[in-house]
Amino acid sequence: MVKVNVNGQLREADVTEDTPLLWTLRDVLKMTGTKFGCGMALCGACTVHIDGRPTRSCITPVSAAAGKRITTIEAIGATPAGKRIQAAWLELDVAQCGYCQSGQIMSASALLAANPKPSDADIDNAMAGNICRCGTYPRVRAAIKKAAGVTDKET
Amino acid sequence: MNSQTLVSPSRREFLVASSAIGGGLLLGFGVPAHAQVRDTLTSGAPFAPDAFLRIDRTGKVTFVSPMIEMGQGTYTSLPMLLAEELEVDVNKVAIEHAPPGEPYVNPLIGVQMTGASTAIRAMYVPLRRAGATARVMLVTAAAERWRVNPSTCRAQDGAVVHAPTGRKLGYGALVDAAAKLPVPENVPLKEPGEFRLVGKAHRRLDAAGKVNGRATYGIDVRLQEMKFAVVAQSPTFGGKLVSVDEAKAKSVPGVSQIVRLEDAFAIVASHTWAAKQGLAAAAPQWDAGPNAKLSTADVVGALRAASERTGAVARNDGDAAAAIAGAARRVEAVYEQPYLAHATMEPMNCTVHLTKEGCDVWLGTQIPGITQTAVSKVTGLKREQVRLHNHLLGGGFGRRLDFDGTVRAVQIAQHVQGPVQVIWTREEDIQHDMYRPYYYDRISAGLDAQGRPVGWTHRIAGSSIVERYNPGWIKGGVDPDAVESSVNHPYDVGAVRVEWVRQETPGISTSFWRGVGITRGTFVVESFVDELASAAKADPLAYRLTLLDKSPRAKNVLQIAAERSGWGKPLPAGQGRGIALCIGFGSFVAQVLQVTVDKDGAVKTTHVWCVVDCGLQVNPDTIRAQMESGIIFGLSAALHGEITIKDGRVEQTNFGDYRVLRINEAPKIAVTLVKSPEAPGGVGEPGTACVMPALVNAVFAATGKRIRKLPVVANIGA
Repeated sequence: MVKVNVNGQLREADVTEDTPLLWTLRDVLKMTGTKFGCGMALCGACTVHIDGRPTRSCITPVSAAAGKRITTIEAIGATPAGKRIQAAWLELDVAQCGYCQSGQIMSASALLAANPKPSDADIDNAMAGNICRCGTYPRVRAAIKKAAGVTDKET
Repeated sequence: MNSQTLVSPSRREFLVASSAIGGGLLLGFGVPAHAQVRDTLTSGAPFAPDAFLRIDRTGKVTFVSPMIEMGQGTYTSLPMLLAEELEVDVNKVAIEHAPPGEPYVNPLIGVQMTGASTAIRAMYVPLRRAGATARVMLVTAAAERWRVNPSTCRAQDGAVVHAPTGRKLGYGALVDAAAKLPVPENVPLKEPGEFRLVGKAHRRLDAAGKVNGRATYGIDVRLQEMKFAVVAQSPTFGGKLVSVDEAKAKSVPGVSQIVRLEDAFAIVASHTWAAKQGLAAAAPQWDAGPNAKLSTADVVGALRAASERTGAVARNDGDAAAAIAGAARRVEAVYEQPYLAHATMEPMNCTVHLTKEGCDVWLGTQIPGITQTAVSKVTGLKREQVRLHNHLLGGGFGRRLDFDGTVRAVQIAQHVQGPVQVIWTREEDIQHDMYRPYYYDRISAGLDAQGRPVGWTHRIAGSSIVERYNPGWIKGGVDPDAVESSVNHPYDVGAVRVEWVRQETPGISTSFWRGVGITRGTFVVESFVDELASAAKADPLAYRLTLLDKSPRAKNVLQIAAERSGWGKPLPAGQGRGIALCIGFGSFVAQVLQVTVDKDGAVKTTHVWCVVDCGLQVNPDTIRAQMESGIIFGLSAALHGEITIKDGRVEQTNFGDYRVLRINEAPKIAVTLVKSPEAPGGVGEPGTACVMPALVNAVFAATGKRIRKLPVVANIGA
């Protein structure tokens, strides 16, 4: 049994310590908002926050998260940055198929929490690990700026 | 799967009304009266007809969508069409995924399918007609209740109002009476000028669940007592399983079972990670089979040889060979487009619970009816015993137009007690995709003294997706998908001959990919027209315009794209603009793309100006989003996308070596929508088709180097 603190709740999961947090969340705790995309930290679909830091849950052993605060997409709206990001996402209709968007929103929320006025380069750095096959990147960028209250001079 | 096989939506739709179980009005299509090509798999006994519109006694409107949502915005634009005429608040319309069933057949394709950018084209009239018909029945029911002339009543926001007396009844109070009325025929529809909803940007109705993790895809299905399985299929094309170390796999905590199939095996466990660990421990031995030595070079060699042969004639206007022989100048080129994977963000997966009584299948699919039939064949169950539960798709792009993943999951479930979710790892997904074919095109033109084309010959060699998918669509030996946009491009080029040579590679299954034949054909034609402009020492835009006198809509989008992009304004060294046109799916798209190519050959796409005339617009913001999406999808492929084969197996494994665009590589995209009264066209795919030639044309403008073999990054230094 491994104990983890997910979204403020202490949960127990019957997995070995090396089991990635992703599968612990999805398969054992049945929290499916966090997505499987690549299994190698290449696509960012599985991004969660551990003590506020964006983390690829597919390569993070559950034991590494024990004793820390795990935040997932299901609860990110309860954080100030996450709430603003979700609102901007809805306002600009960022999502298409939506599958990668949990990860996009988790990365964007972490960026905004750490850097209230991100530049384009900051956005590239924070978001380049999140792949979207629907090509929502222009709206991801615009929504982060909207959430940050940054005006975009260029069209 | 292309505009030639599509039938006109003018078929006679007739509507069937009945009382819903538990009360309420059900309104659905009758069996479509189209006589066009039909899927051979679903031509058997039809599934019991289902309604696509339900209004219950509380007034709740449920739309059972015949098209699945895979990102393209269908779950917003289709309810808009219905709500426009039904006079209800579209934001309150509940949406359900359609089950397999005859009423949900795509009238443009003849099978139940979401694809080929047909959703709006197929449903633009039928859904408005359905909404209007239901509205008239509800108004009639109210008028009868009040004993007034129906013409003194009107529908408004989910209710019928009798204006002279101010009386009002919600739809919910009227559904039982309405269901007993005869279904009126030929109910008049609003003229576009009367639309209150259609044509105005509307927020996506499926967005909320996609920002809070609640949207459910096939991979998110969680059932009581469900097991998790990870599958490994023969790494070589056509190989067989020899052995697995079952003891070692079972020693992994959580692993409960190893399922051995002829050409694959699966590890069943209490969670996916345990199954993956079991897979790693199983040390499978494979018989590599008959294609063990196959390489990309073999595939290309066979295609090159095929392109030397005379093919089936797809178009023959005039004597093209003679016209070229007598021309002042001859231009010829060979273009190559590699195998491509779909790489949907949601890897292939399917959940199955098979019992003696039936089979439940949870998945995301573009083809529910065909898949149901396939499962019934594998299991020996009747079609109605196969209950298929569709979900939002975490990307389709054509990958979920095939049922191979579902059949594989059922084969595994046949050995497992209780429900099992079968997942493909990303590596499995990339290495066992059904790929877009490798295409080898040989094309030539003769130019007169002024540089204007007088003759054009084009021979296409490649695998035929249609021969596998639906041979009934083949006409005169020609694959209509493979030659699309090659036989019917808009340019006036004199005498034309287009030929098709089918060349299959044993063991490799090919399948539709975003933009289907239009993407492959547009790349070649738009690249080659650019080459002709260069040979004629003409500006690529001006040259195109001289060849497009018969296509004013094409000229218009090109000219607007040129204006918006500053076409013709000088750029610094190493930068260039390319232009391309795509006509397809009933839409006209032009793009100007700007690149920077540094001295090491690194290509950066900085801007894309995209102009689209798709006829009448339903949800303009969806059209913009689909252009952005198509552009980035096409750029991923044109810049990086390539599946290669060595020793009988696919070399790429994951997003590290099957590169797709990331946010830092995405260009700025400016989309301009052209207002048009023409019939609505499709928008999911032309953005992809247009951007691939726009990119190589821009690289040529920047560097003088013509890329005839994709992808650009791998070939710019060649």
